[in-house]
Amino acid sequence: MRFALLLLFPVMAAAQTKSGLDYASDEIRKLQASDAENPGMLWVDQGAALFGKECAACHQKVKGIAARYPRVEKEKIVTLEQMVRHRKPALVYESEEMLALTSYLAHESREMKMNTEIAEKDIARGKTEYFRRRGQMNLSCSHCHDASAGKKLGAETVSQGQPNGYPAYRLEWQKLGSLHRRMRSCMFGLHAELPPFGSELLNELELYLAWRAKGLPIESPAVRR
Amino acid sequence: MAIARIRLPENARRGETVEVRLVIQHPMETGFRRENGERVKRNAIHSLVCRYQGAEVFRATLSTGIAANPTLRFFLRAVETGDLDFWWLDDDEIEGTVKARLVVT
Amino acid sequence: MKRRDLFALPLIVIPVRVFAQAPNSHISTTDPLVFSFTKGRDVLPGKVKIELPALADNGHSVAMTVRVDSPMTEASHVRAVHMIAEKNPVRDMAVFYFGPNSPRAEVGTRIRLNGSQRIVAVAELSDGTFWSDAVQIEVREAACTDGG
Repeated sequence: MRFALLLLFPVMAAAQTKSGLDYASDEIRKLQASDAENPGMLWVDQGAALFGKECAACHQKVKGIAARYPRVEKEKIVTLEQMVRHRKPALVYESEEMLALTSYLAHESREMKMNTEIAEKDIARGKTEYFRRRGQMNLSCSHCHDASAGKKLGAETVSQGQPNGYPAYRLEWQKLGSLHRRMRSCMFGLHAELPPFGSELLNELELYLAWRAKGLPIESPAVRR
Repeated sequence: MAIARIRLPENARRGETVEVRLVIQHPMETGFRRENGERVKRNAIHSLVCRYQGAEVFRATLSTGIAANPTLRFFLRAVETGDLDFWWLDDDEIEGTVKARLVVT
Repeated sequence: MKRRDLFALPLIVIPVRVFAQAPNSHISTTDPLVFSFTKGRDVLPGKVKIELPALADNGHSVAMTVRVDSPMTEASHVRAVHMIAEKNPVRDMAVFYFGPNSPRAEVGTRIRLNGSQRIVAVAELSDGTFWSDAVQIEVREAACTDGG
């Protein structure tokens, strides 16, 4: 029996999932750790007020909602943004209202593990996209975030590209933004065509990233560079 | 009501030095940024005042060299329970106000 | 004189005139921005302390604290602290105003920097004198252009 257990060790020595926070500077870590100073909390506050006005009538329990997304429902991928839209289909992606509500919900699930119920069969398309080369630079997500995680790109350290901090306050944006915005920014860097917010491609990637995160704790609203 | 967060100690003793932290949601646009090829007009908070029990305890003139969603940390002396009133004005002449209560025992 | 007496030599204190840093070593009195509030008066290095990291990952939001050594009494207090970013396109960053009711002449904020440069703080005291501090900060450039 003990011999059989020993055989498990090489399997368990796979790469450890690390949040973007592990690659962040001291300044960013301090900012994220302080709710009083984290600018992302400004959106969370707005979200709390909006939620109270528009959603609390039906939804009393808020904790844990964000931790269940993205998920597959009836063969379709449903992200947190799409779920939030269920009573307001006209709610625009990346609008102040959308960011407020999603950051509030994500914040309420802070420290809870990201959705671990995603089945491997559902992420097949997302995985293909993650490993597909794109843009003028002809690179895939994997080239940077798997092969080069921890290495330097200019003065910056490449992270694993984990989604657990989103919606996040990015210093580059000087505001809070969604995971879709972040993925589009990455693709801009590759000089690739930018898929629209809420598109199938970004949804597939989001689902794959959530599965790949292997239950990293939610950090929203994270602070990133 | 503007979007801002104020952090104060839960309560303070009379005469105690109290640290006040304020974060205001504002882009503090520099006027040098471009969006979709168009230059985004400068718009930053330029004047900010904090009053405690009606008397001015802190004033600042800010500029585009202050980061977006500006945060300010300063000190005041706790006298008695009263309101902290914040007021600010930006280049677009939009005012913002926010209020917090300091409890002094 | 025995050899061991020579060991006492370092204990002999030679009075040496301590040269303080020269006035206006952080600023130029004719710089129009500085002149606008000093009106040409001397700015002495000292009493002011800027806290900034030596190196910032990017210039978008860098934590800074500035404090002035002052008893903050009616008789002796800080009136204002002027913050100047030497290489920003807009050099005047902020002015913080205090009064005799301010218990401490200290402010923390986050600043935006257009690259590596020197930050200067000039404090105006209630007695009409001006004091300064200056620190150099290196700012790294972002590697990936974001564009959105």
